[in-house]
Amino acid sequence: MSNKLKQYGQRSIKYLITSARNMLIPIFSVILGLLAGAGIMLVSGYDPISGYSAMLNGIFGDEYYLGETVRQITPYILAGLAVAFAFRTGLFNIGVEGQLIVGWLAAVWVGIEFDLPKFIHLPLAVLSGAAAGALWAFIPGLLKARFRVHEVIVTIMLNYTALHITNYLILNVLSDKQDKTENIAESASLRSVLFENWTDLSRMHWGIIIALACAIIMWFILEKTTTGFELKAVGFNHHASQYAGMSVNKNIVLSMVISGAFAGLAGAMEGLGTFGYAAIKGGFTGVGFDGIAVALLGGNAAIGIVLAAALFGGLKSGALNMPLEAGVPNEIVDIVIALIIFFVASSYFIRWILSRFSKKGVK
Amino acid sequence: MEYVIEMLNIRKEFPGIVANDNVTLQVKKGEIHALLGENGAGKSTLMNVLFGLYQPEKGEIRVNGKSVKITDPNIANDLGIGMVHQHFMLVDPFTVTENIILGKEPRVAGKIDIRSANKEVRELSERYGLSVDPEAKIADISVGMQQRVEILKTLYRGAEILIFDEPTAVLTPQEIKELIAIMKALVKEGKSIILITHKLKEIMEVCDRVTVIRKGQGIGTVNVSETDPNALASLMVGRDVVFKTVKSDAAPAGDVLDIKGLKVNDSRGVNAVKGLNLSVRAGEIVGIAGVDGNGQSELIEAITGLRKLEEGSIKINGKEIANKTPRRITESGVGHIPQDRHKHGLVLDYTIGENVALQTYYKKPNSRNGVLNYRRIYEKARNIIAEFDVRTPSEYTPARALSGGNQQKAIIGREVSRDPDLLIAAQPTRGLDVGAIEYIHKRLIEQRDNGKAVLLVSFELDEVMNISDRIAVIYEGEIVAILNPKETNEQELGLLMAGSKRLEAGENFHV
Repeated sequence: MSNKLKQYGQRSIKYLITSARNMLIPIFSVILGLLAGAGIMLVSGYDPISGYSAMLNGIFGDEYYLGETVRQITPYILAGLAVAFAFRTGLFNIGVEGQLIVGWLAAVWVGIEFDLPKFIHLPLAVLSGAAAGALWAFIPGLLKARFRVHEVIVTIMLNYTALHITNYLILNVLSDKQDKTENIAESASLRSVLFENWTDLSRMHWGIIIALACAIIMWFILEKTTTGFELKAVGFNHHASQYAGMSVNKNIVLSMVISGAFAGLAGAMEGLGTFGYAAIKGGFTGVGFDGIAVALLGGNAAIGIVLAAALFGGLKSGALNMPLEAGVPNEIVDIVIALIIFFVASSYFIRWILSRFSKKGVK
Repeated sequence: MEYVIEMLNIRKEFPGIVANDNVTLQVKKGEIHALLGENGAGKSTLMNVLFGLYQPEKGEIRVNGKSVKITDPNIANDLGIGMVHQHFMLVDPFTVTENIILGKEPRVAGKIDIRSANKEVRELSERYGLSVDPEAKIADISVGMQQRVEILKTLYRGAEILIFDEPTAVLTPQEIKELIAIMKALVKEGKSIILITHKLKEIMEVCDRVTVIRKGQGIGTVNVSETDPNALASLMVGRDVVFKTVKSDAAPAGDVLDIKGLKVNDSRGVNAVKGLNLSVRAGEIVGIAGVDGNGQSELIEAITGLRKLEEGSIKINGKEIANKTPRRITESGVGHIPQDRHKHGLVLDYTIGENVALQTYYKKPNSRNGVLNYRRIYEKARNIIAEFDVRTPSEYTPARALSGGNQQKAIIGREVSRDPDLLIAAQPTRGLDVGAIEYIHKRLIEQRDNGKAVLLVSFELDEVMNISDRIAVIYEGEIVAILNPKETNEQELGLLMAGSKRLEAGENFHV
């Protein structure tokens, strides 16, 4: 018995050490990125300390900033989950951006058109967003499964299609030549009086709960269900999966559809929570593309994605405060943020540096 | 006699295991020295130490009598050590010469001097009798030729000591003969060769001396002229090995597999199986003998549902399964040990437990309402690991981390434990050592004795002759003869496989 306990103890210590090492790499990357950003600020004649303290204030400074940060994190979590889910099945969903945009519009549309009690209207609007994203991702999934058309090309092109179709619909169908739709009905809104009161009237909304629930759902699907078992097997080795009797094509489509649903939800969060309407866009929101970085940084795992999304959301909302409080111009702020992301993304390089360090340490 | 390479009392540890302990290898100049051991015995580790990929914890390496420290492969190259890898490291769209000079290109005024490189490669090739066309593209030449390119690569870099890592695993019998001639030519020119292998026949044929490793321990070095395959096998495995598989006579019953008029196209759309008829009865092993590429792969893929068939019927226990999905076929009682265990047999990134459940994960008790019961999956895996002697640290180990023999045992455990009426074994012992081969043969015969049908496809004549109850010879997509292994010999089989003799339909006989 005690022997078994000992073994168990040893195993958990080993687990702790490896997970600590896995955590170390992203943390180290962020620190390097911050240092490089400080260098840029120094060279251009700004004080990095006041710059970064302005950033920190913009993230955690008071309840309002904190609420805005959480609001910003919400779509990042969902976009990251979308990218990661497809990736775990061996697919590159570069179309999260487009799926997000159609999800946004569909959710808002349902939010405007219907007059229903809240407990039906809100779920219906949220699910419409998910369904629209899923449908948008179904197209590249089907093309890949049926004709082996590479999903990267199709999803990139569908991003533009989504952007222009939604713009057209907003301009001509959902409004009378206006640049945005009317506001959604209160019964379809994710706005939370509770969160607003907590956070000094920030735009934080219920969406964060949905996003966290989706992270748990993704973990559950991938790690605990037969569906996830098949999806991952197809991602790792589609020959062996086919041999074992799984339908490779079905799993490709399914993976894209679930991925697209997460992306559509990210759009619904923006439409039903943050803004309450859909507006004509001159270009992409960028959230879908940042989702790729979030997924990579989060190691394509649910918990990692939540943490990575927190980092991205934090940087994004903290950056807004840097020009105001420290006088760092927007352009420099963008460069600093980009540098941090660059270092985070080049984790291979960081890994290499760390291994060099530890080798030297042994000698 | 002076030694060109001496590895003295080498010890190499990895977290949790000692891969090499007190291993000594001394290679004389101009000899072919075999390094013999089971899969996972530590042969590759030892060679990686010599090649500078690993640093030993203890021991000394001497090259031409001088003590050296080999900390990376470049140093090994400079010392004249070259490695011919088992898995070729070639760029397919490049020509032979381009591959050979890669990383060491001769230049004239900043441009690669391909003409003089071609000339040099041609000279090297002629000198050692390799007959390689320097201007051919890698993608267009055979596996045997590709291996010669690997040999040329080491020669071009001035190697004096060549390490061959299981060179015959990928070759046809004819190519093996040619490789042996090449190795002899190399030694004649003063090169020294270390041959990593577990094929005793090859050692007896070409090697001068042999060093045996068992479970990481150096067992010793013997002269090939003073030993025989039986002695070598027991040195390697640590117990006596039975070469001739003992089995009782078959007691076949009704047809389990019944194939009629089967036509299947290969990936290019060319007819590969042309109207094939074959039946396998309960309680017998039918071995398909043939040279690679005569429709064996297409035949198996058609039976298992991985490939569409053009015409014909395939029945399992009287039920038509032609063009059904792989899952439906699996569920109608077919087990399949695939030819390529990395491509088809395993999801290498999954754990052994998950791999064992690869076809049954969706069934109770492995899952319920779509939710996996990992406790049951791993419990079952533990049983299979114990029953089929899969040597793995645990059922949670990724399949990738296991040696080839143990991966194969896991696959066989998975297939046999599903208790299929028909077991298809495609090259089940490819690349395995004698211990594992003996074990797998025993298991196949056990299946037969339990009244199951077994279809064996193998390119090794010994294997087909040894364990089949009937031999079906396949040539250009047709069964050209069905023979009783007791009444035939390798000559007759060889002729039939080469298509130079064909038994007429009336001459076919059932055993």
